[in-house]
Amino acid sequence: MKFGEFGGQFVPEVLMPPLKELEREYERLKKDEKFLKELDYYLRVYAGRPTPLYFAENLTKYAGGAKIYLKREDLLHSGAHKINNTLGQALLAKHMGKSRLIAETGAGQHGVATAIAGALFGLKTEVYMGSEDVERQKPNVFRMKLLGAKVIPVESGSRTLKDAINEALRDWVASFEYTHYLIGSVVGPHPYPVMVRDFQSVIGRETKKQMLELEGRIPDCIVACVGGGSNAMGIFYPFIKDKSVKLIGVEAAGEGIESGKHSASLCAGKKGVLHGMLSYFLQNEDGQILTTHSVAAGLDYPGVGPEHAWLKEIKRAEYVSVTDEEALKAFSLLSRLEGIIPALESAHAIAYAIKIAKEMSKDEVVVVNLSGRGDKDLEIVMKIEGVI
Amino acid sequence: MNDSNSKWLITFITAGDPSPSLTLDYMLALEKNSDIIELGLPFSDPMADGPTIQKANVRALKAGTKVKDVFSIVKSFREYSEKPVVLMTYYNPVYVRGVENFVKEAKESGINGMIVVDLPVEESSDYLRACEKHGMDTIFLAAPNTPDDRLRVIDEVSSAFVYLVSLYGTTGARDRIPETAFQLIRRAKKICRNPVCVGFGVSKEEHVAELIKAGADGVVVGSAIVKIVEEYGRDASDKLEEFTAKLRKGLSPHLL
Repeated sequence: MKFGEFGGQFVPEVLMPPLKELEREYERLKKDEKFLKELDYYLRVYAGRPTPLYFAENLTKYAGGAKIYLKREDLLHSGAHKINNTLGQALLAKHMGKSRLIAETGAGQHGVATAIAGALFGLKTEVYMGSEDVERQKPNVFRMKLLGAKVIPVESGSRTLKDAINEALRDWVASFEYTHYLIGSVVGPHPYPVMVRDFQSVIGRETKKQMLELEGRIPDCIVACVGGGSNAMGIFYPFIKDKSVKLIGVEAAGEGIESGKHSASLCAGKKGVLHGMLSYFLQNEDGQILTTHSVAAGLDYPGVGPEHAWLKEIKRAEYVSVTDEEALKAFSLLSRLEGIIPALESAHAIAYAIKIAKEMSKDEVVVVNLSGRGDKDLEIVMKIEGVI
Repeated sequence: MNDSNSKWLITFITAGDPSPSLTLDYMLALEKNSDIIELGLPFSDPMADGPTIQKANVRALKAGTKVKDVFSIVKSFREYSEKPVVLMTYYNPVYVRGVENFVKEAKESGINGMIVVDLPVEESSDYLRACEKHGMDTIFLAAPNTPDDRLRVIDEVSSAFVYLVSLYGTTGARDRIPETAFQLIRRAKKICRNPVCVGFGVSKEEHVAELIKAGADGVVVGSAIVKIVEEYGRDASDKLEEFTAKLRKGLSPHLL
């Protein structure tokens, strides 16, 4: 299963049998009524689904164009959309008879969401995190520990998210018999990009239903931020066949694309193969992967999910980028206008939504996936503003 | 690649570690006691490698090693030696250069075969086509959990030899050869037409002897050699020669 030429299973031979097992089990369970009911139960009663689709009237007035709606994934337990996927995969792991979860994390959001699922379902959880990130994200490291997970600092390579993925894969090569590798985004070898997208698609399905109730129609445009791309894939996917809906993924331009300090793989990267998939990567002419930058740690990844690469290729979705500075502006703007502090990742989507809403007419509708809340970013913003 | 019926000692180093200017010396030192030299192309994200070779990759890249440098190192080596050289690489550097282009340049530089760690048979059609066209040997890996029918396919698309991964894990020296290695050798010897060579965790003369006794046609020693480079740097050549001479004794276990 590929997305055009993108995706695939570029992994060492030893991982082929476990990937085939995972694919088989996932294909079976995704049609299993009992499994789906169980997952639905936890999504509703434990995580807090469905999340509201909120008409941001003040933000709409400010932009002065299309109506802006926010899909409030920030209201979920754990504070971000990540939990849609970790509950799904942890439940899958349990059904597969695995006793241990491993995960990678950058800022710690996916690590926390995995630790939550591990605690809930009684699975031993170990999270790989670049040692640079362990240092930068102390509250999340403590959260994971509090939730009973072990955090393993990764000292190899650039000591960030991509190295944490390498290290988790190295673990999995030796432990797949009893361990499920719970990848946090629509990346990695097949079936991960499909599976994570499916678990996150609940965002788009709800959005469609809610929009029909609220406006009697589907939106004209959907905007979501893209690092690996799971929240974007989750809200885009149920709308892919609705050709009238414009899909826009917002990457992190960091200090500006021309500065080289960014994470915009689709906007500025080249095709390549890493972490089991053919996709777009930030890399040099020899194929060495570059280090990335974004003020939003969750976007700080040198690659992107293969389905996004494909949506770009067939021109079904459009990918743009927003700088740190623009995202920070949107961060405080949404806080003041709507009383909602967005995650810095989601602030990228907000920043672009304002731009595009301005150019649209007042009877048109834009939905922004507000993928997470901003409490986790206060320290970063305080430092930038010189408060601490 | 090697016509003799004798057993093979395959020795691995990371090209450019700690500096591209030293690799040729190391290769010439290894060459004396090796049947095949496996040269690792440094990569930023070596996910199948343990800490020793990871660090070698970091050192090589820090020293500015480029793909073209690795090709010129092999070219220089060819002025001194006809010993087969196999390039061990991850797929991205190959893909980014254009698969056919990469294989062609590699072949022209004097590389005889390639091992692409993260390229399973399912994804390899472009690569196989290019290698066939340019007469490049293709060495695929098999693991302890590779089922018989896959092993058969891996053997079919491999030339020179099939690389058996001894264990569930990454590269790196271990105290003992695990049982998984011996089981895999027994299975592979029944199925494969190619010679089978065992690597990962092989670091001592006794390991070499055990594997050869169990029926392996060759052994690959990597991390233990890279460790010597790490420790002795500029002065590693003599040590490499000494160490590989010892390993070589393991190839004739009946004499030990």
